[in-house]
Amino acid sequence: MLILTCPCCHVTAEETEFHAGGEAHLTRIGPGGSEGEFESYLFMRQNPKGVHLERWRHVYGCGKWFHLARDTATLHVYGAYSAQTTAPPDHIRTAIKDRHPDWRWQGEVNQ
Amino acid sequence: MSETVTALKNARYSAGIAEISEIGPLGMITIRGDLDAPFVRKVAKKVAGVERPARGMCNSEGEAGIAWMSPDELLLFCPHVQVSEVLNRLHAAFEDTHTFAANVSGARAVFRVAGPRAREVLAKLAPVDLAPEKFTPGMFRRTRVGQVPAAIWLRGDGSFQLFCFRSVAQYMFDLLKAAAQPGSEVGYFQPTTEVNREKV
Ligand SMILES: [Zn+2]
Repeated sequence: MLILTCPCCHVTAEETEFHAGGEAHLTRIGPGGSEGEFESYLFMRQNPKGVHLERWRHVYGCGKWFHLARDTATLHVYGAYSAQTTAPPDHIRTAIKDRHPDWRWQGEVNQ
Repeated sequence: MSETVTALKNARYSAGIAEISEIGPLGMITIRGDLDAPFVRKVAKKVAGVERPARGMCNSEGEAGIAWMSPDELLLFCPHVQVSEVLNRLHAAFEDTHTFAANVSGARAVFRVAGPRAREVLAKLAPVDLAPEKFTPGMFRRTRVGQVPAAIWLRGDGSFQLFCFRSVAQYMFDLLKAAAQPGSEVGYFQPTTEVNREKV
């Protein structure tokens, strides 16, 4: 079972008190983007076995959105962090790299 | 003037392992804004008679009180007859600020779950650690009860006060009754008493 701690109200609960909101840190493609870029923004998602960055909402609790770094296979949670950011903060990256030294955030790889 | 009635007309169930009663009508006002703003703290204290609660807590005095709902939301409650007066005072204090107050008295149902097994009844229904040393008097927790959102408040007298949407009041009452049905004691929280006794 996935146990999460909401960074907004600091409540710790199992996953049924929350709702998953899909992959985090997507870059929005607007009218200026190509068809390929727009299709990728709308439909193409990562589906890793391992480290994943996601959006979650504390839907039955404080109602706030936040970001979560977790392992999709082991359900290990690296940490939750603010929704008001476009990249994982340093302490989250450090927590992930402690276990997976070769891990790189996709947003960095793409740059 | 129309007569105010609660969703279940104060239905009660006393045949089980805990006493379940729908209470009210209770005056309830949602406040949203910057909870640390001095004018919010000041007027909330003025109308409810208690300090703005800390995160995850509820302060009350008599029939009035304030519960912490989220980083930008409070639930203020008061006697039902006072709602419009309290709301007017809040609106006057919030004028020109990015702060919001609305009467939600008719949108909520409130239940009381009382008795030595009250903890057990709620622990069957919510993903919350209700162990006596973890969930202590004054705590206020928004969560899921069965399939619906609700808030659980442990009062000083050991009874729980539960808030949910009025539209799911019947579901909540039936759910609480099922969890409190005769012979459904689990005894999970009993070992704590044993441990305490050993310490003494
Ligand atoms: Zn929360």
